Amino acid sequence: MPRTTRRRFLAGAAGLGAAAAAGYAARSPLERALGLGRQATTPPLTAAQPSSTATPGILVLVTLYGGNDGLNTVIPYGDAAYQGGRPGLAHAPNDVIRLDPTLGLHPALTGLKGLWDAHRLAIVLGVGYPDPNRSHFRSMDIWQSAVPETDEPTGWLGRWLDAQPRDPMRALGLGATLPLLLQGADVAASSIPTGRLAIPGGASQTSLFSSLETTYRGEGALAAMVAESGNDLLAVLHDVSTILSTSPSVSSPGNLEAPGPTTSVTGSASAPAAPAGGELGAQLDVVSRLIRGGAPTQVYSVSLGGFDTHAGERTTHDRLMAELDAALSGFLAGLAGSPAGERVVLATYSEFGRRVAANASGGTDHGTAAPLFVAGPRVKGGFYGSQPSLTDLDQGDLKYSTDFRAVYTTLIGDVLGTDPSKALNGKTFTPVPFL
Amino acid sequence: MADTGDRDLIAHLLRRTGFGPTSAEVDASAAGGYAATVERLLDWSGPDPADANPAPAFSPTPARRGLTTAQLQALARQRQADLTSLTTWWVRRMATSSHPLREKLTWFWHGHFATSVAKVQRVDLMAAQNATLRSMAGGNFPSLTLAIAKDPAMMIWLDTITDVAAHPNENFARECMELFTLGIGNYTENDVKDAARAFTGWKFNPLTGAFMVLPRQHDDGTKTVLGQTGVWGGEDVVRILTATDASARFVTSRLWSHFAYPVTPSDPVVVDLAAGFARDHDITGLTRAILLHPMFTSGTARTGLVKQPVEWVVGTARALGLTPATPTDIGALRALGEEPFAPPNVGGWPQNQYWLTTASMLTRLRLATLAAADVSDAALAPLTDAAPADRPSAAARLLSVPSWGAPTAAALASAAATPRRLLALALVSPEYTLA
Repeated sequence: MPRTTRRRFLAGAAGLGAAAAAGYAARSPLERALGLGRQATTPPLTAAQPSSTATPGILVLVTLYGGNDGLNTVIPYGDAAYQGGRPGLAHAPNDVIRLDPTLGLHPALTGLKGLWDAHRLAIVLGVGYPDPNRSHFRSMDIWQSAVPETDEPTGWLGRWLDAQPRDPMRALGLGATLPLLLQGADVAASSIPTGRLAIPGGASQTSLFSSLETTYRGEGALAAMVAESGNDLLAVLHDVSTILSTSPSVSSPGNLEAPGPTTSVTGSASAPAAPAGGELGAQLDVVSRLIRGGAPTQVYSVSLGGFDTHAGERTTHDRLMAELDAALSGFLAGLAGSPAGERVVLATYSEFGRRVAANASGGTDHGTAAPLFVAGPRVKGGFYGSQPSLTDLDQGDLKYSTDFRAVYTTLIGDVLGTDPSKALNGKTFTPVPFL
Repeated sequence: MADTGDRDLIAHLLRRTGFGPTSAEVDASAAGGYAATVERLLDWSGPDPADANPAPAFSPTPARRGLTTAQLQALARQRQADLTSLTTWWVRRMATSSHPLREKLTWFWHGHFATSVAKVQRVDLMAAQNATLRSMAGGNFPSLTLAIAKDPAMMIWLDTITDVAAHPNENFARECMELFTLGIGNYTENDVKDAARAFTGWKFNPLTGAFMVLPRQHDDGTKTVLGQTGVWGGEDVVRILTATDASARFVTSRLWSHFAYPVTPSDPVVVDLAAGFARDHDITGLTRAILLHPMFTSGTARTGLVKQPVEWVVGTARALGLTPATPTDIGALRALGEEPFAPPNVGGWPQNQYWLTTASMLTRLRLATLAAADVSDAALAPLTDAAPADRPSAAARLLSVPSWGAPTAAALASAAATPRRLLALALVSPEYTLA
């Protein structure tokens, strides 16, 4: 069935009441867009501090699209089955950044090694789910919905968002479209591009656009939702632009005036060589500036694609690892010294790992369980879970040892400070104690 | 000249059955009346000037095995160029065909039997599937379903080619029941298992695309599907599935949702229409019945759909006399998340709220500003020639919007001194954003 987000329109007084109850800026979108109203001289960070928990964290979720090769990311370098199964693709033991006598990092992950040494990088091993699906699309839906059994139209963070007071700044996706994970039954997160954020035509056109959307009282719920998305856009653009104008890049890997991202549907091999940090770096630069600038946002979603390395994997994967390392370690380093940065927990995931054995094209095919990274000032570094055997396999693939929803349990409970059960549809998992 | 109410109905009919009418087309159809317009839309016997621009021809992609990294990258670049060329061709055809309903139904079936080049990786096969969908778009549903079951792009997309007697792959069998014919709840896991056995051994010639069955990979045992037991092959499964009342209701609900407003298979209007479709399975007949159904012209239908990005992008170019399918248009479809040949998953593109993200609103604002700047003085004449007070209603006519609500009219009136500015605002109004 087609997915719908069923984003509820909060009309008239009810909507204003809900927004006011949430501590959401009590200005009209027009005032917000034009920088008018009583909060114009107040940093927006003071507008919407959550009240229920003491110091909730800020979750930055990094989606790696395409199925990252976990065995060439956290490498069982001493395992004969690893070296033997991947001639030409395995990293030599002496090239691997060793973390312990059996496991090490991809040679390009030097920044993550620094985080490891500072005990701020957790590596959760063998993360997966029962009856793994090897379709990119289905498996990514499973990770993003956190419901492996059925075709669930909402995402795990979308359902978390449903349970929070409404605020268009609460969760932000970087990019044009919203991933399933940020779509709730009643509410969807806002999305912003990494490109230019200004409304074309200047202040007068912004004012007209604002009046067009804010005064809409026409026929039908759908038109009202259009107006609502216009209102959310104005609110988000105002708050984001205000914060970014006073919150510079740390190392300027990204540039808000640069052209926005383009996606390639034909996979990794067509992607041009990216600068260090690349598109993910540009996304995380925006996130960093928002966090350091005091945005009230609790969840950020960023992504990097191109991990579907069926052929000629070594070159592509080495480049992606370098890009990932530069983006993640640069992001976390840039937050040092920022009070809000102390609250950041970053987590990576991909829809699946890849097979133990290389294929005949110097690549690897779709697999199952894989490690994921959790990093940040609050994180207790080290290994969690257990590394799956490379010889005791299920149809040639690793058997998972940690359910991905156990990781989500920690992220929702200990980072966002809320009860994880709603976001996990009532199921309970033992949290992974990396916080 | 027909009165305003009739003109509004005709505009609604033309918006839903094509990719945005020009005001001249609305006038011409209004002169002929509603029922005659329905018949004209369904009659595809006349020549189509769009045929003068045939689909580009693509070579089969060579096997990747054994290619060097440089060769693989060259191949990927060629594939991306081919995809852009195919996409541009189809979008231009949407804008220029004299049989817009055939293109609209082809687009519908592309979303129904949603297949993405992201996995198929062969542009020639995507083009071939598109031709099949177009040639059978108004034909017999069981025949169309069988043609798609044997379509090479589909056989890659849902793994039919890996479905062999020794290791049945259930992907196609399951989605065929869930998303193509029956809908969830109308089949069992055993139906899926046995249907997957019936499709074992289905292959295609990689060079010619010709369908074939490999007898040694085919399971020729007895299967039970929807209670019918026999030595079934895939053709039998398609016949059994599409002959059911559940299938008639499911397909009717999908088509009604596309043309009128979202419904489930149990909706009374679906039950009403599905009875006729169950007798002949004729897509043209069902489409005619939908367009002539009293609920199709109801207020619910007229405010029941948001313009999909293809409708917004192509329709804006048509209404304003802009060159269609420019690189900006193709980039816009990508930015808005509705790139032809790349649906997000096998469920196709969702409707309505899915298109109302804050980022997509910002993208439409940019595109509206570009379009308003690019429109020729001649095409803008209906606005510039009108007295400023009449310009909002002239814009409604130009964009085939029935009318503006009072607040929108007021916002447009404040921009009336500058017709291009007024036009940019009208293109992002809630009224124009609806289909």
